Amino acid sequence: MAAKKITTPLTDDVVRDLKAGDAVQITGVIYQARDAAHKKLAALIEAGEQLPFELQGAVVYYMGPSPAKPGNVIGSAGPTTSGRMDAYAPLLMRHGLKGMIGKGLRTQEVKDAMHEHAAVYFAATGGAGALLAKRIVGNEVIAWPELGAEAVARLEVVDFPAIVVNDCQGGDLYEEGRKRYAKTV
Amino acid sequence: MPVREVDVRDVTEAVKTMCITANYDLPRDVYDALVAAREAEDSPVGREILGQLVENADIAAADRVPLCQDTGFAVIFADVGQDVHLVGGHFEDAVNEGVRRGYGDGYLRKSVAGEPAQARRNTKDNTPAIIHTSIVPGDRLRLTMMAKGGGAENMSSLNMLKPSQGWDGMVTAVVETVSRAGSNPCPPVIIGVGIGGTIDMATVLAKKALLRDLGSTHSDSRIAAMEDELLEKINGLGIGPQGLGGSTTALDVFIEEMPSHIASMPMAVNVQCHAQRHKTVEL
Repeated sequence: MAAKKITTPLTDDVVRDLKAGDAVQITGVIYQARDAAHKKLAALIEAGEQLPFELQGAVVYYMGPSPAKPGNVIGSAGPTTSGRMDAYAPLLMRHGLKGMIGKGLRTQEVKDAMHEHAAVYFAATGGAGALLAKRIVGNEVIAWPELGAEAVARLEVVDFPAIVVNDCQGGDLYEEGRKRYAKTV
Repeated sequence: MPVREVDVRDVTEAVKTMCITANYDLPRDVYDALVAAREAEDSPVGREILGQLVENADIAAADRVPLCQDTGFAVIFADVGQDVHLVGGHFEDAVNEGVRRGYGDGYLRKSVAGEPAQARRNTKDNTPAIIHTSIVPGDRLRLTMMAKGGGAENMSSLNMLKPSQGWDGMVTAVVETVSRAGSNPCPPVIIGVGIGGTIDMATVLAKKALLRDLGSTHSDSRIAAMEDELLEKINGLGIGPQGLGGSTTALDVFIEEMPSHIASMPMAVNVQCHAQRHKTVEL
């Protein structure tokens, strides 16, 4: 598959150009955050306080790595199930979040927010954590180190492979792909 | 029959080693099933994903890193020969010490939250292990370690069906469980089905079913036919690798059954991601 090369932070033009089913390679900075970090990020937004990173144009990676072996940038680093972050994702998109990388189904509320705020949801291959770690060249914990694997980290990625699942026009590869190959009702 | 002594320090060492190797080395049967699926898969995107999973297994084994960052809850099955005498300490403490050392020394992620209803504080050493003990004939101790990730476990189901629903009701419930899970549990999945017993036993049977080698046929031809029927129906869903569409939704389906109460028909469906990580040793 020929992949579209995109760089972060994402602009509305780049987001609008992405369609469900597109393979992409992402280069630039993305932010690692999963369950506990999202709870804290949402609390900061609601309190009107400053976030540990600039949300405008940002791409968040739903991921909690295994510990890095000495000499390695990061441990295994594949996506976690995105649905657990659905409660927080619309709030983050209202405040500028443009991209989410994870795996698994999103709610209609999240898809609606992606349409409203021009954001995109990418799937990375779940269970390919050793392979994906090779595309991460920088890793710095920037908030809540006490959360361990659930801390927020600033990750530098080069040609990080992902597939557009939900685009900002309502395209949904999980639904379309499944329909295409379904044999039973 | 004289008793045979087994030192629990050997249990600790064995558990530690299994935690690490299970997480680094995909079992051969799973690797071969992924390679075969890559050849057979109808979807080009699906073939690409399956290719990534094979490459991922090669990298993990060569670099001695975990296949997946979710290195799992440590589930231990212990078949204890009744002529074994465990010496040198408490068996469960020894197992937990093995998990502690394995997850520490192996750079594995600690994924266990204490006080799950409220504080959800990480226990920081991946303990406690889930330990299922059976007393069996003989003087050997057989230990199996399964690293069970959270994403697939969350998609599992327990179904207290009515006996009148019969096998057709079970087929519907299994297929619905996989259908509802969609892309969440990292397909292609492996499905363990536990039929009968009580709610606790049905779930243990479902988990034990997951330990079978992929591609193996159940010794009872009646159950083997049930497994084939479920696998065909699940792969007809079209979910495919990573839920992006395709003909490979499950690599295999395994059933274990036992008698149930005349009023009951419990059925547990344990969903396992493609990273089916387990190891066994005999002491």
